Amino acid sequence: MHHYSAGDTAWVLASAALVFFMVPGLAIFYGGMVRRKNVLAMLMQNFITIAVVSLLWVWVGYSLAFGPDWGGVGLLGTFHFAALSHIGQLVPGMAGQSVPQVAFVVFQMMFAIVTAALLTGSIADRARLGAFMVFIAAWSIIVYAPLAHWVFSPEGWLAKRGVEDFAGGSVVEVDSGLSGLAIALVIGRRRGWPRELMRPHNVPLSVLGAGILWFGWFGFNAGSALSAGRAGTAFVNTNTATAAALLAWAAVEKWRTGKPTTLGAVSGAVAGAVAITPACGFVNTVGATVIGLAAGALCALAVRLKFRLGVDESLDVLAVHGVGGYVGMLAVGFFGTAAAKGLNGLLYGGGASLLGHQALAVLVTTAWAFGATAAIGLAVHKLMGMRVSPEAEVAGLDISLHEESAYDLEALSIGGRARHGGE
Amino acid sequence: MRLVTAVIKPFRLQEVQDALHAVGVAGMTVSEVQGFGRQRGHTEVYRGAEYQVDFVPKVRVEVVCEDADADRVVEAIESAARTGKIGDGKIWVVPVEQLVRVRTGQRGSAAL
Repeated sequence: MHHYSAGDTAWVLASAALVFFMVPGLAIFYGGMVRRKNVLAMLMQNFITIAVVSLLWVWVGYSLAFGPDWGGVGLLGTFHFAALSHIGQLVPGMAGQSVPQVAFVVFQMMFAIVTAALLTGSIADRARLGAFMVFIAAWSIIVYAPLAHWVFSPEGWLAKRGVEDFAGGSVVEVDSGLSGLAIALVIGRRRGWPRELMRPHNVPLSVLGAGILWFGWFGFNAGSALSAGRAGTAFVNTNTATAAALLAWAAVEKWRTGKPTTLGAVSGAVAGAVAITPACGFVNTVGATVIGLAAGALCALAVRLKFRLGVDESLDVLAVHGVGGYVGMLAVGFFGTAAAKGLNGLLYGGGASLLGHQALAVLVTTAWAFGATAAIGLAVHKLMGMRVSPEAEVAGLDISLHEESAYDLEALSIGGRARHGGE
Repeated sequence: MRLVTAVIKPFRLQEVQDALHAVGVAGMTVSEVQGFGRQRGHTEVYRGAEYQVDFVPKVRVEVVCEDADADRVVEAIESAARTGKIGDGKIWVVPVEQLVRVRTGQRGSAAL
């Protein structure tokens, strides 16, 4: 009988719940950024994603990602663990496993959910619900599961080449960023973009959402240690980089437009958490700080890219997760240190070989995420039509898809007079 | 009878309401509106993207009064709404042909 650690198992299960909480956090982070006629549709897409990917993951997704490798080439897992059969066995190829596989299943399930949920930001305000569900289901199986196998499974071809991705800089971040760009291109611009004003309708909601993401990221990154005893490094590095990136984004805004914005500061925090994701277990405080500063500044500059490209990648999944993922993945090649856990990077005497592995992972992820997502998106768009009608888009998705309004705004908010006792 | 319509700065509404009350105005209609005159909009920045907001939030006050009271009503609004800065608003007066109190069916001045 294999011996499992109660402490490690408790930490991984608690981390799974923390990562789960990132999805409602992401939902209101994005929900605050859309116009008020579309906020419920945004929340709905995120919760629908939780439901769809949860079921797919236990039935087939997990097995394709982490099942015994098909033919030993590292491209895809088999159906060995489909519907969680044989789940009492060990995770194939994983050394020193101290957590039962079923706990690893739910932990990884939350990664699959949150990565898919990120794509809602790229297609905000214009997707039909049914077509979105078909797309996100297909994407989770065809794009996400294989990539998770390549990088996260010890039997995957990129993992075997020496790629270091602690918690998903490639699988989650670069993946969602480039997939987001692809599906935004397929579905097309929102009516009126970029000429029309599309201001966030509730910035405090986005700030709270970012706070929940920051909180959940401790589970995302430190949980990926799969060990309570080794989680501390990833935990503190996550916080350090997130804090540094918040300040860097705000500083760039101060420099570019004269005033730091609230939405910018919390977007910087998210960018920092993104960038430290692949690196959190492999770097020291110097690495975490530099990664955070670089990600905050570069992501802040990258949000302008969509206007240059003319692509309505609506809530900047590419700029925050794609660019942040690139920063973090490549930074491991410079700042990785064997003292923390992984291999030495360029700045710690390890030469350029680790940087080469990281660059390969980034290139492969970019090509796969963009290409495969574009193909799936085009197929779904051709077969079902991914966009709502122009009338529905103008009326807003909340009314036209869900027959609901987020806010009761009938009461006139002006002219109210407070009455105090005696007056 | 005259209809006096004023578009004012929202934060002056309380003063305008009090001033109208002082000259004997018994009722008014107030609505939130947006627009611009010489005061142009402002710029907002979200994730580095600058948005020019052309329309400025204003409050529209509508009062129906006797012909003889119109000047006093206008002056009351004018002095209460004025800050001296750009964007204080506009007031205009138009004749009213008929007025009906729905509850009683009264017509004209009796319905005021």
